[in-house]
Amino acid sequence: MEPIVTQGLTKRYGDLFAVRDLDLTVRAGQVYGFLGPNGAGKTTTLRMLLGLVRPTAGRVLLYGRPPASGPLNGVGALIEGPAFYPYLSGRDNLRVLARHASMPDRRVDVVLDLVDLSDRAGDRYASYSLGMKQRLGVAAALLKDPRLLILDEPTNGLDPAGMADMRAMIRRLGAAGCTVLVSSHLLGEVEQICDRVGVIARGQMVSEGTVADLRGRADLRVVATPLDRAAGHARALLGPDAVRVVGDGLSLAVAADRAGEINAALVSAGVTVTELRMVERDLEQAFFELTRGEAHVG
Amino acid sequence: MWGNVSAEMIKLVKRPANWLLLAVALGLSLLFTYVIPYAGYAGGTGGPTADRGLAALVPAQLVGNSVGGLPVFLGAIMVILGVLAVGGEYGFQTWKTVLTQGPSRLAVYAGKLAALAVAALAVVVAIFTTGAAASLLIAAAENQPTAVPSMGDLAVGLGAGWLIAAMWTAFGAVLAVLLRGVALALGLGLVWLLVVQNLLAALAAPLLDWVATAQKGLPGPNAGALAAALGSEPDTPGVAGIVGGGHAALVVAAYLLGFLAIGAAVLRRRDIL
Repeated sequence: MEPIVTQGLTKRYGDLFAVRDLDLTVRAGQVYGFLGPNGAGKTTTLRMLLGLVRPTAGRVLLYGRPPASGPLNGVGALIEGPAFYPYLSGRDNLRVLARHASMPDRRVDVVLDLVDLSDRAGDRYASYSLGMKQRLGVAAALLKDPRLLILDEPTNGLDPAGMADMRAMIRRLGAAGCTVLVSSHLLGEVEQICDRVGVIARGQMVSEGTVADLRGRADLRVVATPLDRAAGHARALLGPDAVRVVGDGLSLAVAADRAGEINAALVSAGVTVTELRMVERDLEQAFFELTRGEAHVG
Repeated sequence: MWGNVSAEMIKLVKRPANWLLLAVALGLSLLFTYVIPYAGYAGGTGGPTADRGLAALVPAQLVGNSVGGLPVFLGAIMVILGVLAVGGEYGFQTWKTVLTQGPSRLAVYAGKLAALAVAALAVVVAIFTTGAAASLLIAAAENQPTAVPSMGDLAVGLGAGWLIAAMWTAFGAVLAVLLRGVALALGLGLVWLLVVQNLLAALAAPLLDWVATAQKGLPGPNAGALAAALGSEPDTPGVAGIVGGGHAALVVAAYLLGFLAIGAAVLRRRDIL
């Protein structure tokens, strides 16, 4: 049974589609990155997965069951920043949640230890720094020892060390067999921790695959003089669509095994070639192309 | 289910604001029911309530004296308690935190209302207890009879007091659900309870027959009539025997159930944003 399946998931507010016809499948054991610019519909989708927001159309199945049909067993979540009772200590906040979750109180100390908050667990939540609040949020998500973890922008507001800790923890959970759906607008983050990535823009899924799929092909970069003559020969050889002038060189959309042939052709045409290497497309560039619909960037 | 109730009990008991509310409720109750009337009697001052004298302050009057504040000012405290308990979940954005732990919305809401019902009983018991202590002290000091009401009368008084307190708490809870927060729910709830009800009773009802008739179906006047039936002094704000005790108890209970049902239905249906 897949941890998450959505079919035709749609949420409409008046005339505005927050999420439109979204099909998403997350398989067991995956760390799945849900990527999109701010306002793309990520949080609304996650809220629908958890039954907080009712879809206008379509359906959600978590381990084969709709989330509204009963207790969310084995699912932990942190949605849009941590939210706790400010007048309670960190430990009391988790004790309250453990009771709502029908978990024994001893789990509280286990998860406090996991997020390294045991020392400050007796202090009021209101006195916590943003990073500590975020860690308490993760502790709450781990209370039920979940097999599916849904994390919405978990590194928001963390300092670089906190971000690194959070990524390491997500990777550790993934390695331990936990399925993780993590939303983000940070590409580097997703690239570092995710097995698969779904890109959402304007409420619709615009691409889905591995990080390598998303980035797409690598290009051959050629720096040569004179550049205009090099570009002319390259176009004659490869066709005009495969050649772009980028800065002081050419970006050629060809496979790596044609590099020698292209070099020979340019040199024999009297062009001096000073650089010839494969360049992976920038993930950021791929993301912009996907989310803004622009064909060419740079 | 028990887990949700005990979670809500932790939230209630460990919230400093709730203890402040209890202290204010007991302080006001003692001040206006015992301290000021006794000071007036001891000082020999005249005034609209001076003729009541000591007879109104003895332990035999405990039931009426204890429930007399619930129709209005203690009712206002209970509205605040209900609004804070439910509206806080919106204000702190903790609905999502609680609900993503797995319990259904109705189970959480039921746990919350059960904990509030216990809290309402605790407030009423505390008012009876401090009232008993105050009246026994006065009776001992003035050589008045120290006989307390019978267990049956005390039980009926506690039950009626709890019914009124729970109804106002549920009123606060449903306002917090409908208005999704604390501020507006608190403001409008108190305006209704402290201002509109008084205007209706003092200004509109004597002028318009249909308002006088409608009063017999409104929560505040029925709470006041229930208190009056149990011996509360008719000069207490909000206390007036416009209907019989049985009718009043039924109407108050109907409002209690109505508020619970509306709150549950709306909370279940709406998106948690």
